[in-house]
Amino acid sequence: MTIDPKGQPALPLVFQAVSLQIGSTKRLNDLDFKLVAGPLTVLLGPNGAGKTLLLKLCHGILAPSNGRIFWQSPGTLAPNRQAMVFQRPVMLRRSVVANIAYPLILRGMSRAHRATRVAAVLTQTGLGALARRAARTLSAGEQQRLAIARAWSIEPEILFLDEPTANLDPTATHAIEDLISEIARGGTKVLLATNDLGQAKRLAGEILFLHRGRLLEQTSAQAFFDGPADPAARAFLRGELPW
Amino acid sequence: MREILNVCALLLIGLLQAESARAATDFITLASTTSTQASGFFDYFLPLVKAWLGVEVRVVAVGTGQALKLGERGDADVLLVHDRIGELAFMQAGFGVDRREVMYNDFVLVGPRTDPAGVRGGRDAAVAFSAIGAHKTCFASRADDSGTHRAELRLWHDAGVDVHAASGTWYRETGAGMGATLNVAAGLDCYLLADRATWLSFHNRQHLILLVEGDSRLFNQYSLIRVNPARHPYVKQALALKFVDFMTSPIGQRLIGDFRITEVRVFVPNYVRGGPST
Amino acid sequence: MLADWAVNEFSEAIDTAWALIRSGDPVLVEIVARSLQVSLSAVFCAGLVGLPLGACLALQPFPGRQILLVVLNAAMGLPPVVVGLLLYLLLSRAGPFGFLGLLFSPTAMVLAQTLIVLPIVAALSRQILANLWEEYRESLQSLGASGWQALGTLLWEGRFRLLTVLMAGFGRAMAEVGAVLIVGGNIAHVTRVMTTTIALETSKGNLALALALGLILIVLALVVNGAVFLMQESGKQSVDDN
Repeated sequence: MTIDPKGQPALPLVFQAVSLQIGSTKRLNDLDFKLVAGPLTVLLGPNGAGKTLLLKLCHGILAPSNGRIFWQSPGTLAPNRQAMVFQRPVMLRRSVVANIAYPLILRGMSRAHRATRVAAVLTQTGLGALARRAARTLSAGEQQRLAIARAWSIEPEILFLDEPTANLDPTATHAIEDLISEIARGGTKVLLATNDLGQAKRLAGEILFLHRGRLLEQTSAQAFFDGPADPAARAFLRGELPW
Repeated sequence: MREILNVCALLLIGLLQAESARAATDFITLASTTSTQASGFFDYFLPLVKAWLGVEVRVVAVGTGQALKLGERGDADVLLVHDRIGELAFMQAGFGVDRREVMYNDFVLVGPRTDPAGVRGGRDAAVAFSAIGAHKTCFASRADDSGTHRAELRLWHDAGVDVHAASGTWYRETGAGMGATLNVAAGLDCYLLADRATWLSFHNRQHLILLVEGDSRLFNQYSLIRVNPARHPYVKQALALKFVDFMTSPIGQRLIGDFRITEVRVFVPNYVRGGPST
Repeated sequence: MLADWAVNEFSEAIDTAWALIRSGDPVLVEIVARSLQVSLSAVFCAGLVGLPLGACLALQPFPGRQILLVVLNAAMGLPPVVVGLLLYLLLSRAGPFGFLGLLFSPTAMVLAQTLIVLPIVAALSRQILANLWEEYRESLQSLGASGWQALGTLLWEGRFRLLTVLMAGFGRAMAEVGAVLIVGGNIAHVTRVMTTTIALETSKGNLALALALGLILIVLALVVNGAVFLMQESGKQSVDDN
């Protein structure tokens, strides 16, 4: 696990009575939960449940309308301890290497340091062969892999992934899932939003079930798939809720 | 991208350096008429000035009216213009000093070979103008308050023709320089009043030929006027004086007389020391 | 007959142009070089001011922004002669900046062309950067870019499109005659550029020479735009797929 310079972990991330209102509609309602270090958490829910908004609140690029979101270690500089990969990641118009190096440059990392880190990320994410390619000429799966590599380059303590395999074919999906598992095994906390039950079963250690802007379940993956307490979650498992 | 910026920066620096180098050399600004420029007179005369005096003369060629305006605002050091009445008013108002009549040429009436108004070979310009007015046949006027334009208006006045009323019909006002107006006349087969220098050097005549010349009213006197340094402290007084002294010196006068277009003398030097001035 | 005349005129012009170019006519070279120098300097200055201005307008809401946008868009269509006239009144010895002694100098021409090109550069780059910002904003924020870092990234990401904007400005600067005639004065060897020479030679009735210069101007425009096109294409292949 990445430790902050003061030697204190950033996690847990705590939501206290958090609501988010956009325009006149309440999109997220009264969320109370705690995200702790440990196995991968899947944020599960049908389309329109508010998964993306919840991730953006965690990431800090949206602010809640009500309630409080805080990291356990006070004074944590959020951007340096956590990262997010959007559902449709934007590739910079430059090479794969330059895309990975970009957030490191923003953080003023020295050239030598950067080179070492980029090389490590390239190897770990299996992008070595594509290093010099223009990012925008990559396939969708490769771009998703690069987006994860770029987010991971800053060695975040927690990584938010928004439906990382939404537009990928099964082979690419499998490869991305492998990469995500590896990152999670390496000690980085991953919060992954998906509406894909199979993916949730394959990856999750813990499930957050979100439905119509409300958090209905927070439980271990095993307990959830064995039989959730919430009727909406049961309906979702039976495929009776729209994905 | 970075390379392009570098190149641009170099260009800019180069330009500024060239500019400052130029500014360091002695130069004066001469506001003059389009006729003297279009005829090629300056291309001939100014290198001689440079060789003789070491002074660079930068010519801004506009109509006499605008040249006087430039002098009034202090944007030129010396004027070379040809409108006696306007010049005297300019002197009267105190904008200029030291007016010297330096050379002359003449205006000529030019028109289409077919000569619909039948003015060819006449010696009286006013008669020719009234014939054109009576026939209501196309006439191109510079209408730019230049010396030539002012001379033309005086001829219409003498001929008793009201061209203001005819503007837009047979009387075409170009509002442009001598050459541009010649191009219009050539294109539309119009009559026009031109200064001989520009006419001689004009290459796009098409059907135009010279029809009337030699009337004393077609006399075209050019004068040098220095801009009054008392009104405009930036005026380069000493250099300006050097230049007008040279142009009115025996050598300068001879050089003016030596300028030829296709063997024809264009400007006749006529400076008389202590002669007509203010 | 008119057609014959036109054909002769054109073939004569092309012969003249070719002869002038082949012989490397020093006057021609000087005029072309000065045109390039003045217009490139103007585009450089317009870029220096216009790109950050466009970026500001795209990224930074501030009071009066909408008004400034409307003014800029209107100024894109501003007749150059009006710019020339205003600048003349400012730079004239009798005007507020007369003490600088810039009237009838290449610097005055650079200024005039800068003023003409600036609205184009600012307005078009604003459009480009606003579109890019829409696409990139979340990602750049997420990756931890500060305002200035995001601006730098956007300028770099939009570099090819922004270069096209600068080239459009360059084309307008090179082709412009009204303003440079007024503030430059078309002084031989000092402020005489291609367009003012064309106007002068036309007025002398030297249509062939004027047309020859016109042809060179057209070829220059083609070369410059062709170069930008090639650069863009190669750029696309190396770093871009759209």
